[in-house]
Parts: sequence; structure tokens; C-alpha cells
Amino acid sequence: MSDLGWIVPTALTVIGAMVPLMLAGLGELVAERSGVLNLGVEGMMLVGAVAGFGATVFLGDGHAGVLAAALAGAASACLFGVLTIGLLANQVASGLALTLFGIGLSAALGAGFVGMPVDRLPRLDLPGLSDIPVIGPILFGHDLLVYIAFLSVPAIHFFLYRSHAGLVLRAVGENPDAARAMGYPVRTIRLAAVAFGGAMAGLGGAYLSLAHTPMWAEGMTAGRGWIALALVVFASWLPGRLAIGAALFGAVTILQFHAQGIGVGIPSQFLSMLPYLATIAVLVILSSRTGRNSLDAPRALGRIFDPGH
Amino acid sequence: MAEQSDTTPLLALQGITKQYPGTLANDVISLSIFGGEIHALLGENGAGKSTLVQIIHGVTEPDSGTLAWLGDPTALDGGPAARREKIGMVFQHFTLFESLTAAENVALGLHETDVGSVRDRLRAVSETYGIEIDPDRKVSTLAAGERQRIEIARCILQNPDLLILDEPTSVLTPQEVDGLFRLLERLAQEGHAILYISHKLWEIRRVCRTATILRRGRVVATCDPRVTEEQEIARLMLGDVPMPDSGRSSSAPGDVRLSVTIPHRAADGPLGTPLEDIRLDVRAGEIVGIAGIAGNGQAELASALSGATPTEPKDGIRIDGAPAGALPLEARRAMGLGFVPEDRRGEASVHDFALFDNAMIGADVRANLVRLGLVDRGARDGFAGRIVAGFDVRTPGIEHTAGSLSGGNLQKFIIGRELLLEPMVLIVEQPTQGVDAGAAAAIHDVLRARAANGAAVLVLSQDLDELMGLSDRVAVLSAGRLSEALDPRTTALETFGKLMLGSHQEAAAHDALTASAEEG
Amino acid sequence: MRIRIEKRPEATPLWQWGAPVMALILSLVLGIILFSSLGFHPLEALYAFFIGPISNAWGMGELVNKATPIMLCATGLMIGFRANVWNIGAEGQFLIGALAAGALGLAFWEEDHVWLVPAMALAGILGGMLWALPPAVFKTRFGANEILTSLMLVYVASLTLDWAVRGPLKDPDGFNFPESRIFHDAATIPNITDTSPVGWETVVALIALGIVWFILSRTAAGFRLRLAGASAKAAAFAGVDQKAMVIATLLIGGGFAGLAGAFEVSGTIGQLTPFVAQKYGFTAIIVAFLGRLHPVGVLLSSLLIALTYLGGEAVQIDLGLPKAIAEVFQGFLLFSLLGCTIFATHRIRILTGDAR
Repeated sequence: MSDLGWIVPTALTVIGAMVPLMLAGLGELVAERSGVLNLGVEGMMLVGAVAGFGATVFLGDGHAGVLAAALAGAASACLFGVLTIGLLANQVASGLALTLFGIGLSAALGAGFVGMPVDRLPRLDLPGLSDIPVIGPILFGHDLLVYIAFLSVPAIHFFLYRSHAGLVLRAVGENPDAARAMGYPVRTIRLAAVAFGGAMAGLGGAYLSLAHTPMWAEGMTAGRGWIALALVVFASWLPGRLAIGAALFGAVTILQFHAQGIGVGIPSQFLSMLPYLATIAVLVILSSRTGRNSLDAPRALGRIFDPGH
Repeated sequence: MAEQSDTTPLLALQGITKQYPGTLANDVISLSIFGGEIHALLGENGAGKSTLVQIIHGVTEPDSGTLAWLGDPTALDGGPAARREKIGMVFQHFTLFESLTAAENVALGLHETDVGSVRDRLRAVSETYGIEIDPDRKVSTLAAGERQRIEIARCILQNPDLLILDEPTSVLTPQEVDGLFRLLERLAQEGHAILYISHKLWEIRRVCRTATILRRGRVVATCDPRVTEEQEIARLMLGDVPMPDSGRSSSAPGDVRLSVTIPHRAADGPLGTPLEDIRLDVRAGEIVGIAGIAGNGQAELASALSGATPTEPKDGIRIDGAPAGALPLEARRAMGLGFVPEDRRGEASVHDFALFDNAMIGADVRANLVRLGLVDRGARDGFAGRIVAGFDVRTPGIEHTAGSLSGGNLQKFIIGRELLLEPMVLIVEQPTQGVDAGAAAAIHDVLRARAANGAAVLVLSQDLDELMGLSDRVAVLSAGRLSEALDPRTTALETFGKLMLGSHQEAAAHDALTASAEEG
Repeated sequence: MRIRIEKRPEATPLWQWGAPVMALILSLVLGIILFSSLGFHPLEALYAFFIGPISNAWGMGELVNKATPIMLCATGLMIGFRANVWNIGAEGQFLIGALAAGALGLAFWEEDHVWLVPAMALAGILGGMLWALPPAVFKTRFGANEILTSLMLVYVASLTLDWAVRGPLKDPDGFNFPESRIFHDAATIPNITDTSPVGWETVVALIALGIVWFILSRTAAGFRLRLAGASAKAAAFAGVDQKAMVIATLLIGGGFAGLAGAFEVSGTIGQLTPFVAQKYGFTAIIVAFLGRLHPVGVLLSSLLIALTYLGGEAVQIDLGLPKAIAEVFQGFLLFSLLGCTIFATHRIRILTGDAR
């Protein structure tokens, strides 16, 4: 047993690194499946993180914070949605704008929270199951957001490939003009997908400020929103593969901690670069596969749908 | 459907008017369609057919006018949903979702939540009407004819009273056209009304009993196309535009200017078609046409000919004898090549650029519009002005954008831009697709004139009729193979049709063989 | 009543410039709402934010000083954005430019060379280009999305700077603070006059902007750049070497950002610290868009955005508001502009009465 003692902490570290990426990535995946490229994930995560933290502080309840984070993320996504879907603004520019706005807004709102303590999001133990050695703490000893992240994978897969609504969503991301001609409300569907993506990104941010490191710091997402965007590409827009990608990043995080722990003669800054360099490496390797990836992408991704044309 | 008598039309349009910025698309249009009838809507591109169909289909709202269904003016008020039950539509450009299967596509079209049941019903329709469809194939793997069959099957499953087909034969081989006509006649016998939209006279004369002819947004006549003289219908359709001069260059062709020998070229991506054993010579003074249905290697051939991608071997393409296979488009242009791509908006022009900027695209070097790295604005404006004046491009001025031009005027501008540079080898893709009759005739004339001036002209078109009238020789591209170039004056239309279809049938036979082998 | 959006056949020139003006008005309205909801007198707060900081000559000079690095970064980004090359890693290129220039300045510490400042500027340009090179290579060689790769390198750059000022470049007499020695005079850019904080780097930045304007509007290269941005297919048809275009625009953008970084350390800060990172590289994205990717627009919008920074600092002091309010304002401006752009390309028709 003592030889296996490393398993649980390692698994928990990997899960901790995975969850924000999975939440934000799965949300963005759904939005992109509807044809909307929202580069504002980083901003929405930050808004979610600060809203979740604030609501927890004021209401004294972590789950109220989770709800607030989802709502704040969805609201900021709707701002993006109104611009790109309603007012036909460029998706790349609007997404960048949302990220920059989210960074500023969260910093302004969170200025008073810096250094303030908050209770960690409570663990929801499942009686009996959580007590199983090794497996119990890995599978059943988590907070709400971890369960949401992992259950979202099959749920979103089922939604996209087994439900009528998911079929319509994919159709909208593939050919919005045809979907409109068939009488589907393209803009409403896209706005809903974008709002869902924002809510998930908000949850990803809340996981950081309420569970991963229960505190608020400016720019605390540290690029995870962008890594989540890269994961969507890595996953070829498939939920299962996105989870695998998130696990790989969890592994990189472990590597970083271990190297730091052992005290290899590498400055800590260089170890901290690993997730970012890994993201670049993954993007390069993936893209070099003879453009196969572009075939998996929703065909209308990033293109403005102009019903007045 | 029994109650509808000969006196109450299934659908009656009264005074439909629709104004778009700059054009009056529909001008007080009235027409009636009865059950069991195949009704032709005939008119040139831009006559207002598409707008009218959109209005019937409920996608566009008219500025004024009424639609009555079996005499009831409110029957179609329930929005697109209500119309879908009554009206089925097969679009000219298929509105299918490439990455989805046939069954998923049909389920979406029917607003049906159970894909499984749709799959079963598709199989049933496919048997009843003899329409070949595999419900589980992804649309991206299907040819145009197969895609159209999916659309038609969807409409049949909808069991609409009225079926609208918009230019249904533009992507079909002559043999597939026969199959389509038989199907339409059967549907009409079952009591469905069919609105058949086309600008091809012979088709209309074959299947329709009533024709409504549109010109410039107005109904100019309603007639029985089987009894009205062909010339009369053409005159009604085209107005005072002179019929295209079908006179061909009579002079004997000269030296080979463009020589193509490509043993093999890979497909562009998994959905493309590889080229095999392409051999073709185009001589000075002649126009050679390449016919074929889209998706049979046209994209790959155009890419190889233009130099968008280099071609092996280096001498697989020779321009005036010099090897050009490895050279990019710019270098081939320097050797005297002119190239007009299929994509008029986005490739050959930029929608938001002024015409003087569009004049520079692909021509800035050849037309000496650049001095010491700087744009010579005077030369540029002069060049753009000569295109506009020389090729009858109708625009208020060269400071207006390409997006403000109609399809025909833009195509005249693009072809004019090439022709002012007097290329000795000219390759044109789809010269008149979506272009009005007057502009098409003008484009055909300038192409003939270019050939008469000693250029070798190669035209790739999906419109076999166009090639039959324009070319000295026509070759057919099918499944990546190019047939021998035949003289359209001495070759039967059916021969070209068989060539267009040929390899497809082989492939189908091969599939059937392997399937039975697996079963056995 | 219903609202219908119809595409105009041609964009109207009036709205090309009307949209930014309308966006500015809209942002001010949002600002009034924001300040009112925070319990401040809106006009007083707006005055403190927009007018107070530039109510004297020194303040104007500070504004120009603040605008200079942002404008330099935005000038480089504008070139890329015009060609549809989305370099959003200017912040990283800025930091590496600052690091390269600073390292050079420190290498010749206490030495008096007239060439040192120009050499530092060159080092900054090269540093920025070096940092833009991987996204360029990955994009052209492998097709990797430059948005993500250039952005990831921002974090790598920031960690590299952090390592440098805590390690090899740390001030040996600095009580272990994470900062370098203060540059000597030979490594700092002098001010133009004694009465204003504006340095010679502003002159260089303006000249650079003018050159870019000329290249974009008058040269064949500028035309091809616009073409590549408008339509990749049209650019291919015109024989534009798009890979070269991607590499060139990324390197130019990196060079401009690196130069801005070099100017920042040798003109404004005078030493290397982690606080070189002021997010100017990100702000420049806003400036490039607000300026509608036009040099004159970039000039004006960099002044406006610089003003929001000064305003943020002013309301922090005067009203006790967080200084990040500046970024909220920048967000208002950009969102308003993105929302107003539709008026240039579309006609908004409000239909009343019978909706049949």
C-alpha cells in the first residue's frame, strides 16, 4: 500500500490540472460546433473566476459561487454573441476583444478581493464509494465542478451525436444558410451554443478561484483559456479526445512539479514554461498531419452568418 | 387532393412585387399552378425566377401581392413550417450538409427527430420509386446526381402537394436527366403539382404542359411550350437581345500552343478526383471545350493547367513548346498564358475592392502598372477604364467595387482584364455560369475573336450546350480521365452524354460485383 | 415593429469613419452609466478620467509618452492584421525586445558609446523578430494557427524576463530585488526638450508610422498585402507568395513590438524589471482595430487608449477606483466599434406596421 501512496496525490494533481481545461474546452467545443469561434475563453474564465469568488464571499456559499460563475460566463459570452451573431462583427476581433475586456473587468471587480481568503468548494463525498482505497478518492472524493467536468464528456457526446438538437447544432455549424432555409433558427441556436460555452468557461474559472487555489489573483487563469482553445483543435472537435488532451496537460503539470520537487538544476521559470511549450508542440505536430485536421473542423467555423444577404 | 378541380388552382400568385436595392426583382407577377401539372417557370438568369421561388417557399417576403392556396389566401400564413407541409423544394445548389449522412440530412429537412425511422422510410422510397440512395453514406462522398436524389427523396417523404425544382438538370448527365423526367411524370400522375424552373428550352418542351415566361421581373407570356414555336419562346425570354452567333472560326487551326500530357496527378484532398492519363493539344486559332460533370477532376485539371500547383513531369504542360509544368501561375503568365478561374467573386476579384484595384489582380506586372515598386495610379486607372469601356462593363465608374457589379458585368470585367493583355493561350473555367444571356453572348464573341487572333483557347464548362455551340472540339472529363476531343458538329449529343456517364457506370458495376462477392 | 438587416451593395465611406465616432459616443454613455452606478457624479468622474490628466502641458507629454509604445506595437500589428495574419503575441515580442535591448545596455554598463542607444534599438527589433519567428515558421511550414502559438510565447517571454531579472541580470547591489541595475546615460534616450517628458523615440515612431502608411497605400507590396488579407484565393490567383507574406508580416510585427520594448526600457523605465510588462502588446490589438487598421486611425486611437491609462491612474488617485477601469473603458470602446461596424456594410431598416 505504501508503495502505491503516490498514486492518489498524482491522480488528484492531474485531475486538478484537467478540470478547468475540460470545462472551458468542452464549452468552446460546443460553440465551435455551431460554427462560432469564440477566442474570448480566457476572458470568460476570468470573469467566471471573479464572479464565483465574489458570490462565495458575499453569500458564503461555494455553490452559489459556482452558479454565479456560470451566469457571468454566459453573460459575457452573450455580449460576444450579440456582436458576432446579431451585429455580424468579425469573430476573431470580437473574441480578442472579449478576452481583453474580461481581463480588465475581472481585475477591476476583483481589486478588492486580492489577498482575501475563501472557503474551498466543499467536497461531495459519496457515502461508501469515497471510502474505497485508492479508487475512492480518485473517482468519488471531489467537488461539484470535477463531477460536472467529467460527466460533461459523455453528456456532450450524447447530445452531439445522439440527439436531434445536437444534429441541428452540427448542421448549423456546417452550413448555416441551408439550416436557415430548412427553417431552423440559426442565430438562436448559435447564441445558445455560445452562451453554453461561456457558462462552461465561467465554471472553469470558478474551479481555479474556488477549488484549485481558493483565492483571487489578477490574470489567475494564466493562459488556460487559450490552452483550452488549442485543445479543441487537438481534439478534432470530439469531446472524448478533448478529455484525453486535458489529461496530457495534467501529465505535463506533474512533470513540472516533480522536476521542481527533485530540484533539478533548472530554474523554476523554465519549468513553468512547459505547458505553453507543450501546447505549441501539440499544435505543430497536429497541424503537420497534412491538413487532416481542417477536415474535421465545422465547415462554417469563424464565418459570419449574414441572413440579410 | 381529390377536391381540387380544374378551376381552383393549387397555388395562385397575384400581383407579387419585390424590390431589392437597385433591382426590381419581381414586378406584379401573377401565376396559377394546378394539381397534377408540370408547370415551367422559364427565364434567363436574373429574370426573377429565384426571387419568386423564395417568395413561394416563404424564405423571402414580397413587398406586395398575395399567395392563395386552393383559393385560401391565409393557408400559407403559418410561416415556413406551414409551407413545408405543402411545398417541397429541390434547390439548384444543394442545401445538403456535407459531413452528415443522407439519412441525417433528410431528417433535418423533415424536422424529424428519429433518424432511425427516416433511414427506413428512405429505403422504402428508394425501392418504390427506383431512386438509388444509401441512407448511411456521408454526403461529402457523393456525386452531384446522387445528392439530387437525396433532395428529391426528401421531398417525396414530405409528400408535398407542390414540388419545386430549380434548374435540376444543370448537374446531371443526359441519361440521368431521362431518369429525372420519368420520375417527374410519375409524380404528376399521382396528383402532385410540379413547378419546374429552367432556362433550357428543350427540357421544358419535353416535360411541361404550361410555361410561364419571365423577363426582367415580369410575366411576359404564359403558353403551352409543346405548341408554341421555339423561336417565339426564345424571343419572349430574351427580349431584343440578339441570339448568340453560332458561327465558328473557319480558318484551319495552326501550331500547337498548349500541350498537356499528365500521366497521373493526385487528387486535391480526400474528396478530390485523381487525374489519369490526360492528353490534350490546343492549337492556335481553335477553341477546345472540356465537358463533364463537376467533381470529375475539373478542380485538379484547372489547378494543373493554371499552375496553382506544380505538375509532374515538368514538360507535362508546354506553352508554345516550352515546358511549364513546374512553373507557378505567374511564370506561366509571363509565357503568354491567360487564366480565368471558375470562382469569379473571391478568386478572380475581391468583393470590397474598387474596380481599379481589381484591375491589378493578376495583371499588375503584365500591364506595367508598377514602377519601381510603386503603383502607377495613372496607368492603373487607365487600364481599368479600358476594360470597362472595351468590354461593355456597366458601372458608374472604376471607383465602385466589384461587389456592386452584376454577375455578367463582373465576368466581362474579369475576361476583359485577361484579354487586354492579349494572351496567346487562354484558359477559361465556366465562362458564363450564372451570367445573363446578353453578357454570355458577348463573352462568347470575345473568346471567338481571341481565337481568331491566333490564340489557343481552352474552355472548361459544365454546360454541354455552351460547349457544343462554342467549341471546335469537345473532350469529356469523367472520373479523372479525359476523352478524345470530338467535333461537336459531327458527333451526336448522346455520345457526349455516354462519355460523361461512362466511368460512373463502371464504378457502380464494380461496387455491385464486390458486394455480391462479399455476400457469396 | 421588426428590425431587418440588409447588406449594402457597397460599404459607405461615410460610415467607415462615422462608426468610430459613434463608438466613442456610445462608450462615453456606457462610462456615464458605469460611474453613476458606482455612486459618482458621472460628469465629474468623466472629467477626472478624460480631461484632468491632460489639462497641462506635462500631462500632454505624458500622454504622448504613453501612446508611443502602444502606437509602435499597433503599427506592426496593423500590417499583419491587414493581411489576415493574426499575431496576438506582440506582448511577448515586446518583452523580448526589452530584454535584448536591456541586456545590451547592461553589457556596456558604465561605458560611454554614442552607438549604444541605436544598438539597443536594433537589439530590440531583432529580439522581437526572433520571438515572432516560431509562429511564422510553424504557420508556413506546418499550418499551425499563429493566434495560439504567438500567444503561448507571451507566457514564455514573460517567464524568460522574470528569470533574467532574478538571475543573470539582477542588480548585484540591489538587495536581491528582481530588477537590473539602472542604465547609464549612454543607454537612455534623451528627451527632446527639458519642459516635456517626450523623448526622441516618439519621433522615430511617427516616422515609422509614416513609412508604413506610404508602403500600404502606394506600393505594389502594400496592394498585395491588402489582397492577401481580403481573399487568400484572390492573392494566390494574383501570384502573391502567401508564405512569404505571413513570414514578413509576423517578423515586421515582431520587429515593431521589439523596438517598442527597447524604447520602453531605454527611454521610459531605465532598467529591466518584471514591470516592463504593461500589456502594451495586448492593448495594441485594441488600438489597431479601433484605428480600423489605418495609420491615421492608429495614431488617433493610440492617443485615446493612452488617455484611458492616464485616466485610470487619475481616478485611482482621485476617486479610489481600481485602475483596471481603464481596461474596462478600452473594452467599451472596442465592443462599441465592433458593434457599429455593421452600419458601414449593412442598412438597418425598422419596419413598422403590418408585418405580413
